[in-house]
Amino acid sequence: MKILVAVKRVVDYAVKIRVKPDKSGVETNNVKMSMNPFCEIAMEEALRMKEASAASEVIAVSIGPPQCTETLRTALAMGADRAVHVDAGTSTVYPLSVAKILRAIVELEKPGLLILGKQAIDDDCNQTGQMVAGLLKWPQGTFASKVILDKERQVATVEREVDGGLETISIDLPAVITTDLRLNQPRYATLPNIMKAKSKLIKKFTPEELKVELSSDVEVVQVTEPPKRKAGMILSSVDELLDKLKNEARVL
Amino acid sequence: MNFLANLSGNGRRVIPGLASYRALRNCRFSLLSPSPTQYPSPFSRLVRFCISTLVIGEHEDGFVKPSTLSAVTAARAISQDNIISILLGGSGSTLGKAALHAASVHPLISQVLVADADIFRNPLAEPWAELVHMLHQKSGYTYIISASSTFGKNVLPRAAAILDVSPVTDIIEISEPHLFVRPIYAGNALCTVRYTGSDPCVMTIRSTSFSPPSCSTDVVSNAAPISQVDVSNFNKEKQKSRWLKLNSQNTERPDLGSAQVVVTGGRALKNAENFKLLEKLAEKLGAAVGATRAAVDAGFVANDLQVGQTGKIVAPELYMAFGVSGAIQHLAGMRDSKVIVAVNKDPDAPIFQVADYGLVADLFEVIPELIEKLPEKKRL
Repeated sequence: MKILVAVKRVVDYAVKIRVKPDKSGVETNNVKMSMNPFCEIAMEEALRMKEASAASEVIAVSIGPPQCTETLRTALAMGADRAVHVDAGTSTVYPLSVAKILRAIVELEKPGLLILGKQAIDDDCNQTGQMVAGLLKWPQGTFASKVILDKERQVATVEREVDGGLETISIDLPAVITTDLRLNQPRYATLPNIMKAKSKLIKKFTPEELKVELSSDVEVVQVTEPPKRKAGMILSSVDELLDKLKNEARVL
Repeated sequence: MNFLANLSGNGRRVIPGLASYRALRNCRFSLLSPSPTQYPSPFSRLVRFCISTLVIGEHEDGFVKPSTLSAVTAARAISQDNIISILLGGSGSTLGKAALHAASVHPLISQVLVADADIFRNPLAEPWAELVHMLHQKSGYTYIISASSTFGKNVLPRAAAILDVSPVTDIIEISEPHLFVRPIYAGNALCTVRYTGSDPCVMTIRSTSFSPPSCSTDVVSNAAPISQVDVSNFNKEKQKSRWLKLNSQNTERPDLGSAQVVVTGGRALKNAENFKLLEKLAEKLGAAVGATRAAVDAGFVANDLQVGQTGKIVAPELYMAFGVSGAIQHLAGMRDSKVIVAVNKDPDAPIFQVADYGLVADLFEVIPELIEKLPEKKRL
């Protein structure tokens, strides 16, 4: 069974982002970019499945500008066998288009499992996995914190992080799984593996070749900074704190 | 006029509650009929006057959840003239009770749709997304809304893909019927988006940004009609997913997402035993307990208590953070709290930049002192 893992290149999670003065978006030039943390977890999970002989091949796929190949190299250095890059140029690709492109790749590669992160930490959408699953009519196991594959029965048991606790479901393969933070601890790529990754294959497509039109029915009107909180004060004792909460903030 | 009336009824089952509403609407339409120059085609008038919303509801113990009622508030924020239907699914007596609750909880809810089948008892995305799709085909909604709960986040994007529209998730503000504000980059930027696609506009709303309508007791007399949805086809299809179990954290404290007061502990609490101290404080305050990712990963508490970009988003009246450094990802989940208190030994901790009141002190000294001094305060 092949496993397809979708990875996204985003502004590094530790970077304090800056909104552009013209309100057109967030500054991404000369900002450190990395693989989305949830995608790293997705990649790690796929690699562990392969190491447990539950999968034969792990394919990483990324959609976006030419620099996405760096993200794919990271995935290859972690241990992915090969990669697919759908070059969308400079245009913004919204989740619905991403989902349609992923569907096209799934139809080409015919994987038994598609793993994604539960959300990208830039747009915070939390949509793509659910949308591909819907388009493919595959079952979905979102926000997974534990996945057990049963190769014989072609079933995955997925433990999901939900509002009230942990939910366990069983889904038939092929399926879509999206990862939550606690699924695993992603590995670091070692230098030899980074070198090896350079010789691995990255296949290129354009959205047109996959017959996906990059139109969107949402448009970003503006991006602004959130309102700033007014400066707080440092107090000296618990008594003072209780006094402030009671008489100034009136929340007790 | 007739043409419009016919169209507005087209494809929809006429429901008693709606019929009188429509009569009123048509009456108002004729009174306020705008000049043709203002609204060039009959079609645009139709768009202007027929807004209908399906709210995907969640219920528990026979009551509609507060987050679902927040979604109703959001539906009302789109337009005062919104015809709101609320969908509840499941089986058994709690479903019936929840339906009665939904019917009488808010005067704007004009219809309660009930999908009574075992398959909807548990929140599986596949049948729920199909159900939403089926209802839209039948009734043609302008909007489909749910709260950004794990249920809503799981189901709505799938339903949107089946309907071939882009969903807009985690909305915090509705500026115009198709203009929404949503946080991006862990709440460090606010993005205004315009939905330009066809109906329905599928969205999830952040419930802390839309207060649920206050429940009044005297609306029972004009309760909304409850209709059963024909779900006979659902059990025939082979299901590709099965629900096995839910390990819930039984707690008597208020729900983290809707609590008025939240006390949160970070890594500095050192172990699960010390978290009990925090729980004691929470009891005194009638507060919910939250945690940072570090505390959850270290196994101090269960994951469903995590507050942050990837956990729960809270906006209580009072948020007290003990031993929390204030990473970007944590701030994303609590920065909209009304009053933020931080207790931390490190005076340079980023949490102090958002706190209204800060105490640079050892939490193991502060918490017992708070516990000791709080009841006296309450008695005064």
